[in-house]
Amino acid sequence: MTIRYEVNLGVQIIYAIISLGLIGLVFGVLLSVAARIFAVKVDPRVDKIKDVLPGANCGACGYAGCVQFAEAVVRGEVNPSGCIPGGTETEKNLAAELGQEIAETEPVVATVFCIGDNEKAADLFLYDGVEDCAVAERFYGGFKACGYGCLGLGNCVRVCPFEAIEIGSHGLPVVDQAACTGCGLCVNACPRDLIKTLPRRSNQGHLVLCSSHERGKTVSKACSVGCIACRACVKACPREAIDMDEKLAVIDIDKCDDCGECVSVCPPVTIYPRTAIPEKLADVENRPGVAAASEDGS
Amino acid sequence: METLLSIIFIYILVDNFVLQRFFGICPFLGVSRKMETAIGMSMAVIFVMTMATLVTWLLYTFVLDRFNLQYLQIVTFILVIASLVQLVETTLRKISPTLYQGLGIFLPLITTNCAIMAVALLAVREEFAFIEAVVFGVAASLGFSLALVIMAGIRERLELANIPDVLQGSAVTLITAGILSLAFQGFRGMLTL
Repeated sequence: MTIRYEVNLGVQIIYAIISLGLIGLVFGVLLSVAARIFAVKVDPRVDKIKDVLPGANCGACGYAGCVQFAEAVVRGEVNPSGCIPGGTETEKNLAAELGQEIAETEPVVATVFCIGDNEKAADLFLYDGVEDCAVAERFYGGFKACGYGCLGLGNCVRVCPFEAIEIGSHGLPVVDQAACTGCGLCVNACPRDLIKTLPRRSNQGHLVLCSSHERGKTVSKACSVGCIACRACVKACPREAIDMDEKLAVIDIDKCDDCGECVSVCPPVTIYPRTAIPEKLADVENRPGVAAASEDGS
Repeated sequence: METLLSIIFIYILVDNFVLQRFFGICPFLGVSRKMETAIGMSMAVIFVMTMATLVTWLLYTFVLDRFNLQYLQIVTFILVIASLVQLVETTLRKISPTLYQGLGIFLPLITTNCAIMAVALLAVREEFAFIEAVVFGVAASLGFSLALVIMAGIRERLELANIPDVLQGSAVTLITAGILSLAFQGFRGMLTL
């Protein structure tokens, strides 16, 4: 292993260049021969799509790398929108490569379907366990009198990668509409299925912010703002956008034109316009429709 | 013969490349999720490592050492390993597309698997004879495969086990790897060259 210095430096350099060059050449030839022998016909689209992708091989799409994702796209297994770091830009390019119309994935936003906060919805017992909705839910069916209502222990908050949801001062999760990407992680995290994703579409429509399918009597005992299935809104709606689903009024936001008729007839004030969701918990009483309704009710 | 047998024993069990020397941890953790890919990866590594040791030994002895170019060994070895990996990749793609898919990004990553470079360099440093070097390459890659297959077996069972939330995912994998390494510590000092 001792380096002998009997050859002079110039010769040494030439040796180095020649030997390394030759080794490289031999391997190069070998490889190109192998590539000929083992040539696989690759769908030319795969290559094109691969070029459009960011090429970070990050694996966020669920495939091993960008090439695998490209193959899956060509096979039609995944939507071009599957490349998360690429974003809409990549999606457009991909769609162009594939000659497809961009399947407009409609942006959605998470919405919590419960407004029974600490004051409005009664507790059954004092829960002193782990701060986890799923755990609390398993413990005698949750500490809230309402078996459908939000427990407010924040599983949705912890699971959100964008910090778009937080527990407000009233003990209910509030979605930051601007920050929410509609990824749907909170939807899965909620043990009571209170969160749904709705199409963003300029926040149009009214919603019944309750998920209880209990009878009206049971609901009103447990929560002062739950849907009591009185059907008043169904009758009041001029566009027939409201339907009853197992003792719960549900508004079809595609049909709803924000006339607000339902808000004023709802005795427990469960219906809100979607635009009012973020701030509604702070100043429920200040909203004109709501104020009128509560006067009517009392 | 005795030397060859002890090389095999040492580099499979006593001085296991993954569990004792901590080479090649990336594929060890990356492709040990399923037994099938683990075995495929093992085969690829066995081939690449054996061939790499063979070729690098020949190149070192007959080219680099002859012309006093020892300082070029790392560059040359990288060239050899990269070419071999490329060869395996092209071949595998044709012969077994399923395995090619399963190995995914880890196949080209064999290039950067430090275990392979380590074998090539150690074969030179230990001044092995040709046969010894080749056997060393085989043994080291078998050791790698053993570790990978054991790990895959454990992880397949872990999938079904009831693991506490805090430990799920990479946490339990790393702990398992650590315990496995500790277990192999039992072979320590059993045999030396």
